[in-house]
Amino acid sequence: MSVDKRIVLDPLVDTNPITLQMLGICSALAVTTSLAASLLMCLALTGVLVASSASISLIRKQIPTNIRIIVQMTIIASLVIVVDQLLRAYAFDLSKRLSVFVGLIITNCIVMGRAEAYAMKNPVIPSMLDGLGNGLGYSLVLIVVAVIREFFGTGGLLGYQLLPKVTEGGWYYPNGLMMLAPSAFFIIGLMIWAFRTWKPAQVEKPEYRISHVHRTELS
Amino acid sequence: MSNDSWQKTLLVALVLCLVFSVLVSGAAVVLRPTQEANQRLDVQRNLLLAAGLAEAGAPADLVGELMASVEAQIIDLDSGTQNTDVNPDTFDAISAARKPATSEALDSEADLGRIKRRANMAKVYLLKKEGQLTGVVLPVYGSGLYSTLYGFIALDADLRTVRGLKFYEQGETAGLGAEVDNPRWLAKWPGKMVLDETGVAKVDVVKGGVNPSSPTIAYEVDAISGATLTSKGVSALLQFWLGPDGFGPYLAKLKAQQMEAS
Repeated sequence: MSVDKRIVLDPLVDTNPITLQMLGICSALAVTTSLAASLLMCLALTGVLVASSASISLIRKQIPTNIRIIVQMTIIASLVIVVDQLLRAYAFDLSKRLSVFVGLIITNCIVMGRAEAYAMKNPVIPSMLDGLGNGLGYSLVLIVVAVIREFFGTGGLLGYQLLPKVTEGGWYYPNGLMMLAPSAFFIIGLMIWAFRTWKPAQVEKPEYRISHVHRTELS
Repeated sequence: MSNDSWQKTLLVALVLCLVFSVLVSGAAVVLRPTQEANQRLDVQRNLLLAAGLAEAGAPADLVGELMASVEAQIIDLDSGTQNTDVNPDTFDAISAARKPATSEALDSEADLGRIKRRANMAKVYLLKKEGQLTGVVLPVYGSGLYSTLYGFIALDADLRTVRGLKFYEQGETAGLGAEVDNPRWLAKWPGKMVLDETGVAKVDVVKGGVNPSSPTIAYEVDAISGATLTSKGVSALLQFWLGPDGFGPYLAKLKAQQMEAS
């Protein structure tokens, strides 16, 4: 596999920003109650990530180390505001549903994390690919979580009713827990478990072991 | 010049700020007309939904067409009379409620909807058919559990029966309080009474469902399950806006006019 391809594909599973790097969990909990909102969020985040990685990488040789975090924040925040404005102009109903979470992309750890870890040290094209890959990795997790939550929480997907609900004369009792943030914790936790069973390389080495003390050593 | 010298640091910071402030303000200015049009359309669509004139997701041109048939009026809330000095098209209720000159503070006892200040004027919408009043749409807002709910309540020609209720802005918990937006819950409202024979606001949401043998069943609506506080917020804000500090005087005047005409 070529290097460029690896940069894009690795973050999908092998170095997934949510399940391995544990970044961007906050928005993964908040917006995944509906698939439509999640898709828009993925699009917005991937867009911001590619653009911010590109612009930070472009000026990486000019950024003074002392103010590099502020410089990154300024770039990211500006891009997020532009994206937010665009959504309000062209996807009004969905942006109403996402409310503050588009603005919170600014504080999404993935964007800052990739800027600091990759875009500051690499040329523009690989940085953009890295942004794209991580954006897609985030999207993958968000879409899986949103599909599970919306399907079991409302019995439908993208607003189409798939299971007839009890309140409408059917048999399906919507699972209220799925509509609350903790359910995303459970789903993401299970996903991490599944990923690590599939790819044991992701399992971290234990930082310490409980030492077994023989009772003859006591007292 | 080394990257870490103070001159370079200052230069980079300045150039960066300049470039991105132009980008951000450019986007805001260029997109504002589209955004405002979206917002207006959304409010109007919800107004028509409350009045039962349009379906959810009605296209923009249909909304415009239907809005032309609705007569907007500015009224003084305290006296309940029409105020023809203010142009209904440019009246902004939210900013009017914020400015001390155009609003009054509410004491905590009267402030059922927990809105703190109420504008002196409000914009109401009259629904007419062949010159005959068929209903009226009133803007209402107040606190739910976590957010302020903004919406419209439409009343039938008798000015007591609900024709429809719809919220266009709220930030309640998704799946619980946010169910105030749920068409199925809102469908429980039409046909309910919100004012008694003497014009006193009398509406309540009932936790656990309305008792079918309740003597006041016409004034009661099931609370949203799992969202008692949001439901209470809805009934409190309706009590406020239909009461003496809200549209009470206006509705009384309108009723008197109807009596005279008939």
